[in-house]
Amino acid sequence: MEPPQLGLIEQSFNSRYSNWAREALDELPDNFTITDPCISGHPIVFASRGFLKMSGYSRDQVVGRNGRMFQGPNTCRRSVMEIREAIREERGVEISLLNYRKDGTPFWMLFRMAPVFGKDEGRVIHFVAVQVPILRRRQRRRNGEGLCGEILSNSCRREVCSSSSVELAGVSAADSDCRALEIEEKCEASDTEKQLAATAISNVLSVLTHYSESTGRLVCEKRFGPSLVSSSLHISLGRIKQSFVLVDPHLPDIPIVYASDAFLRMTGYARNEVLGQNCRFLTGVDTDPSALHQIKQSIQAQQACSVRILHYRKDKSSFWNLLHISPVRNATGKIAYFVGVQIEEGSVDRHGLSPEMRQLSVVGSIKVAVRSSSMSYSIH
Amino acid sequence: MMLRIKRVPTVVSNYQKDEGEDAARRGGGCGRNCLQKCCIPGAKLPLYTFKRAEEIPGDKCVLEHDDNQAPVAFLDSLLLGQWEDRMQRGLFRYDVTACETKVIPGRCGFMAQLNEGRHLKKRPTEFRVDKVLQPFDGNKFNFTKVGQEEVLFQFDASEDGEVHFFPDAPVDADSSPSVVAINVSPIEYGHVLLIPRILECLPQRIDRESFLLALYMAIEAGNPYFRLGYNSLGAFATINHLHFQAYYLAVPFPIEKAPTRKVTTLGDGVKISELFDYPVRGLVFEGGNTLQDLSNAVSDACIFLQDNNIPHNVLIADCGKRIFLLPQQALGEVSSELLDTQVNPAVWEISGHMVLKRKKDYEEASEENAWRLLAEVSLSEERFEEVKALIFEACSYTLSEKEDEHLTQGAGDDKPPLEGTGSINKGRNCNMVSGTQECLVLQ
Repeated sequence: MEPPQLGLIEQSFNSRYSNWAREALDELPDNFTITDPCISGHPIVFASRGFLKMSGYSRDQVVGRNGRMFQGPNTCRRSVMEIREAIREERGVEISLLNYRKDGTPFWMLFRMAPVFGKDEGRVIHFVAVQVPILRRRQRRRNGEGLCGEILSNSCRREVCSSSSVELAGVSAADSDCRALEIEEKCEASDTEKQLAATAISNVLSVLTHYSESTGRLVCEKRFGPSLVSSSLHISLGRIKQSFVLVDPHLPDIPIVYASDAFLRMTGYARNEVLGQNCRFLTGVDTDPSALHQIKQSIQAQQACSVRILHYRKDKSSFWNLLHISPVRNATGKIAYFVGVQIEEGSVDRHGLSPEMRQLSVVGSIKVAVRSSSMSYSIH
Repeated sequence: MMLRIKRVPTVVSNYQKDEGEDAARRGGGCGRNCLQKCCIPGAKLPLYTFKRAEEIPGDKCVLEHDDNQAPVAFLDSLLLGQWEDRMQRGLFRYDVTACETKVIPGRCGFMAQLNEGRHLKKRPTEFRVDKVLQPFDGNKFNFTKVGQEEVLFQFDASEDGEVHFFPDAPVDADSSPSVVAINVSPIEYGHVLLIPRILECLPQRIDRESFLLALYMAIEAGNPYFRLGYNSLGAFATINHLHFQAYYLAVPFPIEKAPTRKVTTLGDGVKISELFDYPVRGLVFEGGNTLQDLSNAVSDACIFLQDNNIPHNVLIADCGKRIFLLPQQALGEVSSELLDTQVNPAVWEISGHMVLKRKKDYEEASEENAWRLLAEVSLSEERFEEVKALIFEACSYTLSEKEDEHLTQGAGDDKPPLEGTGSINKGRNCNMVSGTQECLVLQ
């Protein structure tokens, strides 16, 4: 997977927060990262000094990458799933997690994440994640009903039986004998560590809120107003590398509510130039009106169709578009969007799939994404 | 009077007919473009060959396809595209995306779908449910009878260690191909059937090679929301021809969210945990030094269960990194109320995804009802402990001193301590084996 262009990363941060924001964030002692779920790959767009020191990576090695780079073989899959679901549901989460430093050594930390909403968009524009290393002064045995009580090092039967003396001392996360311990055992954070996480999150959010004011693109901690295409759907759609748009047939003039990066590249437009617009801006003098008519009819009949239509880019150059349109339903069973998948005539797929098959796979991925992402929402 | 859960079969292929009707037709050439000797020669289907992984899948999946931020993997793309193609060609009995679905409020997050078209309207045929192992019967419906248009592609291991895709490969009967076909009565978008070595007409029972194939499919798709499931006979499998099912649903399943308690680690690195605070008792397999180790551990456990006539379901989740094994109780008394909903607790239901036929049931669906339904098929605590111990023996583990401590200390506050477990594990005798069969025969 190629990392997203640095330009997008820079813009993610700079378009929201003033220049002073970076300085202010750099002054915070905490370990944290800021990620952008709207960029394909959900990359890190900012990493604090503390975070880089804790993980052993340099800034260049981290910015643009996804947080999974810090996971490893003993990272609990269920915990990863919980984080993934929190992202999809646009909410916060706090969980102990085993991560790996650059040198390969594992360490436990308390991972606390909070969403940042754009005031105008009403959807999540960033996630802030704070990492507080958990010092292994004590180990809690994880049993079914929760914590069965603290097992202090000297009285733990297991540790007495075990010949390793590592567990008995106050072991810090940096101890390289971590491997001797049962690192897959869940490690609970202390109240102090939880407090640290809460304070850190609060610090970062304050900075971001404050420095967003001067750009005019305010952010806030709570969602403000309903969102059309949710953050979780954005993330799912971001996995799809082909050119496509989603339009909403229930809104006046059937506007575009989502456009993939590939669509923007193909047509030469910027995202803010196409969102909210009807697709007719793609047509031009030589576009066949009967093709347009066919599209309109299919949408009215709520059916899929394929047309070969002459479309124009922003720079006025034209291209033959093998366009496939299909209705997309959400969890209510009713049509929520129409998807339009564009293929430039003559382009070749490296796997040998026909253009039709490529388009259909995009439609399939989108149908799954839209249906699933709307299940948890109370839209019934 | 004891009621029985009536299995309500679903039509999985447009070529599925009544057993009797089918037998009468078997004589002549069919002209249906099926997968039997009459139509196979000259047949062509897309072919996807996967690379056999030498290392544990964990590395590959974590780094590349861990969560929904990674780009769509090619197999994923291929499957979805082919499926959508069949949708547009009208091969499905209904549009499953037009079926309302929701997450039932509650802490478990059970999912319910209102699907009135899924089950047959006529009187369901009784299927012998007291035997997990039954010989293949060519007279009954099997997957060689499906039309080729219902097959999406062949799926096999690559010869040269690289992933390949051939849009139009001949179907070579001698190479015993495995295929992926659509389920014409889908539970969700992308509902397919993986049929290992289809032409060999294997009955519905797990073997090491077939299970490994299923695991490879989960890994290749690289999508944690694409899960594979298996139902043994007696655990609501509907067709006695070896197959796994799979579909897409991009939400976590309740069973995946259920807490687990580690029980043991096998000599080959496979970690086994058990579910708790979940209506059905079961085991979770993870890890393993190699993919084969993980696959064999689960296969061996299934083989043990099927040899001992214990019905069971298997769910392959998290891109093949977590595998759930759920033994089922022999069918006992079920309230008529639950029977009427015609929900058969097979692997998807047990995982927390229920398809409901009646609007009333859908509207009144509650976490409590779902829990109660699933709990009906769970093994009792006692029985589960017995079966669990036998499974470990079958998987030939070595119990280290460390795990011994786990078993004796891992008990919850309100349960009696498990200190007996260690000795049961070490001193197995034949009485326990005969005990496994006694409760499974229907009265």
